[in-house]
Amino acid sequence: MARIWKFGDNVDTDQIVPGRYAPYMRPNADLASAAFIEARPDFAEQAQAGDIIVAGRNFGCGSSREYAAEALKKRGITAIVAVSFARIFFRNAINLGLPLFEAPEVVAAVQDGDLATLDPHTWQLQVGEAYWQLPTPPPFFRQILDAGGIVAYVQRYQRFPQG
Amino acid sequence: MSPTLSEKILSHAAGREVRAGDFVIIHPDVVMSHDSLTPSILKIFHEQLGATRVADPRQLVFTMDHVVPAATVSIANDQNRVRRFAAEQGIRLFEVGRGICHQVLVEEHIATPGTVVIGSDSHSTAYGAVGAFGCGMGSTDIALAWATGQTWLRVPETLRVILQGRFRPWVEAKDLALRLCREVGLDGANYMAVEYHGAPWMSLPERQTLASMAVEIGAKAGIFPPDPSLGEGFPIPKWLTVDETASYAHTIYLNLDELQPQIALPHTVENVVDLTEINGQRVSVVFLGTCTNGRYEDLVTAARILRGRHVAPGVRFIVTPASQQALARAAADGSLQTLIEAGAVLTTPGCGPCMGRHHGVLGEDDVCLSTGNRNFRGRMGSPQARIFLASPAVAAASAVTGYITDPAALS
Ligand code: SF4
Repeated sequence: MARIWKFGDNVDTDQIVPGRYAPYMRPNADLASAAFIEARPDFAEQAQAGDIIVAGRNFGCGSSREYAAEALKKRGITAIVAVSFARIFFRNAINLGLPLFEAPEVVAAVQDGDLATLDPHTWQLQVGEAYWQLPTPPPFFRQILDAGGIVAYVQRYQRFPQG
Repeated sequence: MSPTLSEKILSHAAGREVRAGDFVIIHPDVVMSHDSLTPSILKIFHEQLGATRVADPRQLVFTMDHVVPAATVSIANDQNRVRRFAAEQGIRLFEVGRGICHQVLVEEHIATPGTVVIGSDSHSTAYGAVGAFGCGMGSTDIALAWATGQTWLRVPETLRVILQGRFRPWVEAKDLALRLCREVGLDGANYMAVEYHGAPWMSLPERQTLASMAVEIGAKAGIFPPDPSLGEGFPIPKWLTVDETASYAHTIYLNLDELQPQIALPHTVENVVDLTEINGQRVSVVFLGTCTNGRYEDLVTAARILRGRHVAPGVRFIVTPASQQALARAAADGSLQTLIEAGAVLTTPGCGPCMGRHHGVLGEDDVCLSTGNRNFRGRMGSPQARIFLASPAVAAASAVTGYITDPAALS
């Protein structure tokens, strides 16, 4: 079972990975272990592969640092469900093949620490007795996610997805 | 309905008429990368994309500004790797000390009206000050742009901000930028472009302050309609005109006559109040700098306030000019001398302590008043440190007294 890690509104990239923990500053360190290292030490210590992040508005606001999304992906986070995402974070996560879903009803209903099951093919989320169908990403992003990220997509098709 | 400035610029770049919501694949005029991320972009370029040559070296610009001069051996090695790559591929590189990417690309007339500039830095919205479509992206997008010469964009809807009136004395563009964050919130323009209308009198540095902070309300771009006041280095394409009937998603009005100095409280940029609501908040560090407020004009403003005065005991006043030009001009007219005599600490032109890596990292007990653009927890060092954001005038006045101070009260 996946644990849900719940966050509030406006989680910024300095919280996800502070600039001092950037690969530029610590080239040999494990980036995955830097995720939420100061803002949410319980996450940094206990998050497991397969876990899910659920958050409020504007998740990932702030810097363009792709390593924020990368750290969460490397940590094994399988999906982020939020009310909304900041645009650069959104783009970075999709590019890396980390699925994001805007689903305010899920955010309102689930609690930190809830146990969930997420089907990675149908994107059905089960928490306790409740089921949700997470919204299908628009075709442009779907193509990137299906390929496993933008690098894999471009290598396979030798072009960007069509809008 | 007529197109917005973003729709016009992206239509021009795409070679077809596009509107908000369309996806375009374009060849950006400029692809900017800075030292903080160029090493990771290089890695993606070589190791993941298997690329060896960039598609169009004329499109690329590298800057050295985030951790300069190098603070560690590994950073020095990374920077040397970037230098070698730039030399090999024929890419323009602005060296250590030249200044912050967003300032340098404007000073060098690399960002010009109607161009599309993508950058590895979120504050690339700053190029909108000269009427460019400036947009920040992550390392993978930039690596792909190096390798293919292209990028994809979703054409944004536009939030129109109509400015009325004029600033009162000691009220600056930064106060307006903070006010806008207060009005619309951190996601008030998420996925959108912002256009600033009604203030053709605004100087280029003022426009840069506002456009740099467009990203703080989530914007993809923040654009001022370009006009001849920008000068000869910024030719305006004939097609880049404002249509009164353009289809804006929202319009908001802000009256500058009533605007007072604003302060962003820890730990978000939307947590903004009037300066008058702050009473006696002590500060241990005052930081004058960044792509938002480290320009020559900002140094002059600070010097005006600090002339014949001294930085308060117990305060470190760190001044980081946004560029070598800003530093040279402030040196030539005596502003720099004034700042130094008042007790300022001068660092290398660049980002300085803005993102908490060197040149004045904050400790647990520090309270910083910064002229920068972000006060997120941990941004400048310890997550316990508290960061307030304000204008250069408020910063200088606060450096004198040691607590957050209205410059009007000093004069
Ligand atoms: S000055 Fe600060 S906000 Fe501006 S580019 Fe440098 S690190 Fe980013």
